[in-house]
Amino acid sequence: MSENRNDNMQTYQPSQAACPIDVMSIYPKDMNIYGDWGNVLTIKRRLALYGYEPVIHTYNQGDPWPEHVDMILGGGGQDNGQKKISDDFFKRADILRTLVQEDVPMLMICGMYQLFGEYFETIDGTKLDGIGIFGVYTEGRETRMIGNLLEHSDQFGDVIGYENHSGQTFLREGVAPFGHVDHEGWGNNGKDGTEGARVHNVIGTYMHGPLLPKNPEVSDFLIRAAATHRYGEFQPRQSDAQKAELAHIDELAANARRVAATRPR
Amino acid sequence: MNTQGNTNATNHPGNKERNMAKVASTPRRPWNAFATPTIGKAVRGLSRLLRHGGSAFPGKVVETIDPGFLARTLGQLPYGVVLVSGTNGKTTTTRMIASMLKDLNLKVFTNPTGSNFTRGVVSALLTEVSASGKLDADIAVLELDEAYAVHFVHQVRPRYSLLLNVMRDQLDRFGEIDNTARLLSHVAEATTGTVVLNREDRRIAALANVVPEGTQVRYFGLSDELRKLFPSDDDMHAGDLSAAEKAAAKVEGVNTALASAVAPATAAKVDMAASHDIFDSEGNRIIPKLDARETVSASLAMADSLASQRLADVVLNRVGDHEAEFVMDDAEFETKVQLEGVYNLFNAAAALAVVRAVTKEIKNADVTLPRARDERLMRALSHVTPAFGRGEVITVGKAPVELLLVKNPMGFRMSLASFAPDGHDTMIVINDEYADGRDMSWLWDVDFTSLRGTGVEMVSGVRAWDMALRLEYEGVKVAKTDTNIEEAVRQFVTADPGKPKHIYCTYTAMLKVRSELGKYAKVADAGVGK
Repeated sequence: MSENRNDNMQTYQPSQAACPIDVMSIYPKDMNIYGDWGNVLTIKRRLALYGYEPVIHTYNQGDPWPEHVDMILGGGGQDNGQKKISDDFFKRADILRTLVQEDVPMLMICGMYQLFGEYFETIDGTKLDGIGIFGVYTEGRETRMIGNLLEHSDQFGDVIGYENHSGQTFLREGVAPFGHVDHEGWGNNGKDGTEGARVHNVIGTYMHGPLLPKNPEVSDFLIRAAATHRYGEFQPRQSDAQKAELAHIDELAANARRVAATRPR
Repeated sequence: MNTQGNTNATNHPGNKERNMAKVASTPRRPWNAFATPTIGKAVRGLSRLLRHGGSAFPGKVVETIDPGFLARTLGQLPYGVVLVSGTNGKTTTTRMIASMLKDLNLKVFTNPTGSNFTRGVVSALLTEVSASGKLDADIAVLELDEAYAVHFVHQVRPRYSLLLNVMRDQLDRFGEIDNTARLLSHVAEATTGTVVLNREDRRIAALANVVPEGTQVRYFGLSDELRKLFPSDDDMHAGDLSAAEKAAAKVEGVNTALASAVAPATAAKVDMAASHDIFDSEGNRIIPKLDARETVSASLAMADSLASQRLADVVLNRVGDHEAEFVMDDAEFETKVQLEGVYNLFNAAAALAVVRAVTKEIKNADVTLPRARDERLMRALSHVTPAFGRGEVITVGKAPVELLLVKNPMGFRMSLASFAPDGHDTMIVINDEYADGRDMSWLWDVDFTSLRGTGVEMVSGVRAWDMALRLEYEGVKVAKTDTNIEEAVRQFVTADPGKPKHIYCTYTAMLKVRSELGKYAKVADAGVGK
């Protein structure tokens, strides 16, 4: 347990004053590629439209750990970036594992998804350890898996985005994927039809695009879980204007999804 | 590609040079080579006739029947080949170099059509060579996309190369940004005369380490003041959420839109020198010996710290409204420019550095007095006009409609920063064809907050809804979204006659928008086919 961290479970009474929700963007300096920042923007805006007060923390290696963490968003990076953060990441591994057990929602894309697994073995045989939150491991391959990606999730329906990775990820027996893909050459490893992984309230996935703007179902799952973690329940307090704005955004997202689903790989 | 790098690394540099020079000077000449120009020209004529239009198609035919054509034809040039590559600014910079060289009375061959693939170069050569295969030119200035530049230098070693920058662009094609830098390191390795590098881009500046013995390195750079306005790719998110984001330093002579669009954290980061990385405990500078392939990422820290120590041949010192001041050999030169956007003035510094390197070799040109030469270059620069889609202005009715090509996050950011939206209607057109990049995630790496005040009148293109969603999450109001470009252009240009307009488009969207604008105004032939 970190010395910086207070008890997250203390409860706040939702009142007329805005209720803060603390969202952490983890390692944005080195793990932030393919518009991952869009996920943070999406959570920030939607929290506000649900009547919460989003408090965004950017956490880079060496930074103090914030007092409250109700949600963590992590992105992709180059091999170089993964190496740069790894020391700090291992120092924070215990906090992260505890937060996972406490059902803090987390979204880990691409490079961070790999590091949330057991290990990543690069193509030249170098083994980069992960923190083992997902029972998955990744092997580097010559060919990149690149292209528009559509997957089916039991929990969220169809999820739409784009994948771009050369690591192939394999799930251990019994580990739930985030979704299933219809085509060979897509998803975790191109062969077993799975994409991403799920455990507690943590989503690991190769889906960027970024993922959250075009998949409001996933965004709202993370927000509900974050509010529940902080306040024991999700209780939006929206004005009519906020409701209308959210409906407008979701309509744009529905149109963007409709078009994206028709585009070539 | 990697195999090539490995082989080179084990060879003595001198051997490597001789080996490669041999390849370049005696290209394979098939029995039917004498007919290549004729056949190529015929295919070109035919494809124009059939409205095939793709400027690379005749090149494809020639590459197949006579693979040595490119090396043989360019090998004749007395001053060799200038190769321009990098993520942003290739077309405009190539145009500037060609234009300044022409001004020095050189006959210049260039690929002005934006077809920056080797095949496009072959196609362009075909229109220029005589039936006997002779190219009537003194020097070639060629822009090549990063991946094709590698392909090209395996066939032809450039005498000069200019490496502009590495930014996130079409990562779905090149993988990762360090990878892109590695591609360009092959160009630096293959250059025989002078490599001109961007001092302010640490991945580019680090390529000085791979330049072969006997090849010169020159830099172009920015003054300390201006460096704050040019964030590197790594700084893109440095200030994303900082409360002081909009309190960026104002720099004399630069519009405030530019200043406010660039996060302040950038300046500190770019200037910051991690001095402990390059000096040992006794204060001696450590120059690590690095394997060529490792150089790019391993020496980035060093490149950062050296940025202010590397002496630049040309420095962009100050910018104003359509004017710029450069420092060359400790003297200041001011000129008016027709180019749009501050980043194009930095490209001008790059072009000047290249032309100055070339003039070292020219005996009969009027360059004996450097001061007179530089003044002449300034005059030449003032005549350069923007390239297709790079700030091109088309007048519809009485209103200027400015076309701005956007291809990647940093380019989009710099464009938004350079063209203040106030008093203009704004339209954004986003396609996702192969040439545009299929991946839409880059739109989320662009900071659109500068459009909050005016909003966006029209969003179009195949991925209009993605763009509209992006703007909505940024709090930018979008008046209309229509995926049909034809209809969207019609509504946009006729809606508020007389009001100046900005249209930001991706590559294929630009072609479509231009041709639609042709219905309302006179639009020059883009020369890029349909």
